Amino acid sequence: MITISNLTKKYGSQLVLNVEGLQIPKGQSFGLVGNNGAGKTTLFSLLLDLIQPTTGHIVNNEVQVDNSEAWKPFTSSFIDETFLIGYLTPEEYFYFIGELRGQNKADVNALLSNFQDFFHGEILGQKKYLRDLSKGNQKKAGIVAAFIGNPEVIILDEPFANLDPTTQIRLKAIIRDLAAKQGVTVLVSSHDLMHVTEVCERIVVLNKGEVVKDIKTSAETLRELEVFFGESIAED
Amino acid sequence: MFKHFANLQWKSFFRSSSLGKSLGMKILMAFFGLYMLISLLAAGGSLYFILKKAFPEVDPLLMVSRYMLYWILVELFLRYFMQKLPVMDIKPFLTLPVNKSSITHYILGRSAISLYNILSLFFFVPFGIVLLTKGYPALNVLCWLAAIMGMVVALNYLNFLINKNDKAFIAIGTILVALYAMNYFNVIPIERYFGEIFHTLYKTPVLAIVPWVAAVILYQANYKFLRTKLFLDDSLKKKTKLAESSELGWTKRFGAIAPFMQLDLKLIWRNKRTKMQVFISLLMVFYGLIFYGGDTYGPSSTIYVFVGIFMTGMFLSNFGQFIPAWDSEYYSMMMAQNIPLRKYLESKAALISVSIVLMFFLSIPYVYFGWEALAINTACAVYNFGVNIPVILFFGSFNKKRIDLTKSAMGNMQGTSATQFLVMIPLMVLPCALYFVLKTFISFEIAIGVLVLLGIVGLALRKPLMNKVTEAYRKRKYKMVAGFKERNS
Repeated sequence: MITISNLTKKYGSQLVLNVEGLQIPKGQSFGLVGNNGAGKTTLFSLLLDLIQPTTGHIVNNEVQVDNSEAWKPFTSSFIDETFLIGYLTPEEYFYFIGELRGQNKADVNALLSNFQDFFHGEILGQKKYLRDLSKGNQKKAGIVAAFIGNPEVIILDEPFANLDPTTQIRLKAIIRDLAAKQGVTVLVSSHDLMHVTEVCERIVVLNKGEVVKDIKTSAETLRELEVFFGESIAED
Repeated sequence: MFKHFANLQWKSFFRSSSLGKSLGMKILMAFFGLYMLISLLAAGGSLYFILKKAFPEVDPLLMVSRYMLYWILVELFLRYFMQKLPVMDIKPFLTLPVNKSSITHYILGRSAISLYNILSLFFFVPFGIVLLTKGYPALNVLCWLAAIMGMVVALNYLNFLINKNDKAFIAIGTILVALYAMNYFNVIPIERYFGEIFHTLYKTPVLAIVPWVAAVILYQANYKFLRTKLFLDDSLKKKTKLAESSELGWTKRFGAIAPFMQLDLKLIWRNKRTKMQVFISLLMVFYGLIFYGGDTYGPSSTIYVFVGIFMTGMFLSNFGQFIPAWDSEYYSMMMAQNIPLRKYLESKAALISVSIVLMFFLSIPYVYFGWEALAINTACAVYNFGVNIPVILFFGSFNKKRIDLTKSAMGNMQGTSATQFLVMIPLMVLPCALYFVLKTFISFEIAIGVLVLLGIVGLALRKPLMNKVTEAYRKRKYKMVAGFKERNS
């Protein structure tokens, strides 16, 4: 589904990302972990063509993202709160995203009804604008908005941060379900090793912009990651 | 403790984003500030002579005293809009080992040296100096000035007390109008009564203590009120308004651009700064009266083209110059989302078009000043429609400064850069120059005709022009995304 080749990103003389090659097949739940400044958000921003690659390119379902915009209809994402429109209510925001993705109100409502649990009664019908919601609730709204319109690729940056435990558990179930049953390619980044190992079939570790580990998740994965990050901290 | 606070204040001022602006911006702001101060100084310095000339038989100081009540009320009225107690800044101190009482004293004390208080002094001190040179007794004048200062400080603290509800604001406004009306229609000679009262401040220097006593009492009242409110859930909490969702179903008839139109309408209506611009644009319909009323330019002067472009295009320039910075908070989402850039821009164009048509209709009454006025305004509207819409959208592609929608509207220069000044040249200067040349060398009719023709040509070429504009936005996408992310630009 997604092919990354010879991708680098430089700011001035500083190389912040250098990925020689990476293939993400359709329907895979893909986890990206790494310390601060490892290049996770940079990689996701490149995937969404929000920044320009210094060299190399990304092909998303046969579309080269920095050449054509044809990847947009089947790709959706939630990177951070700047993806929300503060002066809309959550409902208005969902309908707006729905319209952009060719879904009418009924479609959006049908989808939202699946997330009643996830919202925990704190999002819909609150008579609040998104800018007035708490950080956690903003995040919930943003994540669900990324599910609108049957996307084939979903990119979520740090989806578990700021969420309460109940919601984290529900989100994990949702992501697993999307990848396994609906064949959606889900890309997730996180600082929480436990969450990614639970959710993702495959985990890639970025360190200082480079892929240092590419693991198929198994029972030992969590231990392996903990050892890696424990040591890399000791080194620094 | 106060030294610490003062030090922090100093840093927050010099490290603030408004001071970090580009050099050109700083010079411009300094220029405006200086201009205002000089105007105030000049007004204060010349007030004595103006009053002496206008009312030779009345003591100018008595005249000033008569209007002092209005000054107080107007100042309260303005402060209500502009001045808020800066309580939000003190959140970090609540958990530090600092007495709540010293925090309170600090906030209140700091407000005493705010700009609003100093402004009136720039007016009254030169007036006082002129009084001294004119041989008024020094003791009386100095005490009178001290009394004025006391009143300013008292007003400062009174404002914080009444600032909390709209009723006080409406009451002040009503009293202001009522007093003026009663005096004007000779029901009660308010000005005379209050003139006497304020004049005694001058005649009996000891009384200068009265405003100061009032100031101290008001300070105490503020202190008592604020001290009990220093909790996160109380006055420090940002007030959130109840959201009202709206369908705006009628926008559906615009077809594919409907979702963006709805978004833009909500953007305008639900944010202070944009809302303010709508009101300003509507008020601009009266701008022409200044020039047409003067009746010194002749019916076809170039100044009227400027006025016409300005009136029918106020919203165009005010709102348009910051496209797409209005959407800067969520611009990366817009760029990652399934959005045809073309539709996004067309929606903005449609919105501006509606504003031009509306402003044109509102400007029709200017026909009272002659058919030329109507002709000029029509030509300007058509020109705005055909030429200026693509022009302003094109210049928008150079915007890369973030606008925080939640920030207030008053004096907010966020998002301003050289682009905003550059765009004025094609927007206003070009049509005026063109008109001037054609009118001078050929005729009024031809000049008007050419403006209309340009507008129609622009309209006919709308499609290719919009393609060019869209291309420009696409090219600068990465710069915009990066620029809009920088908070303190």
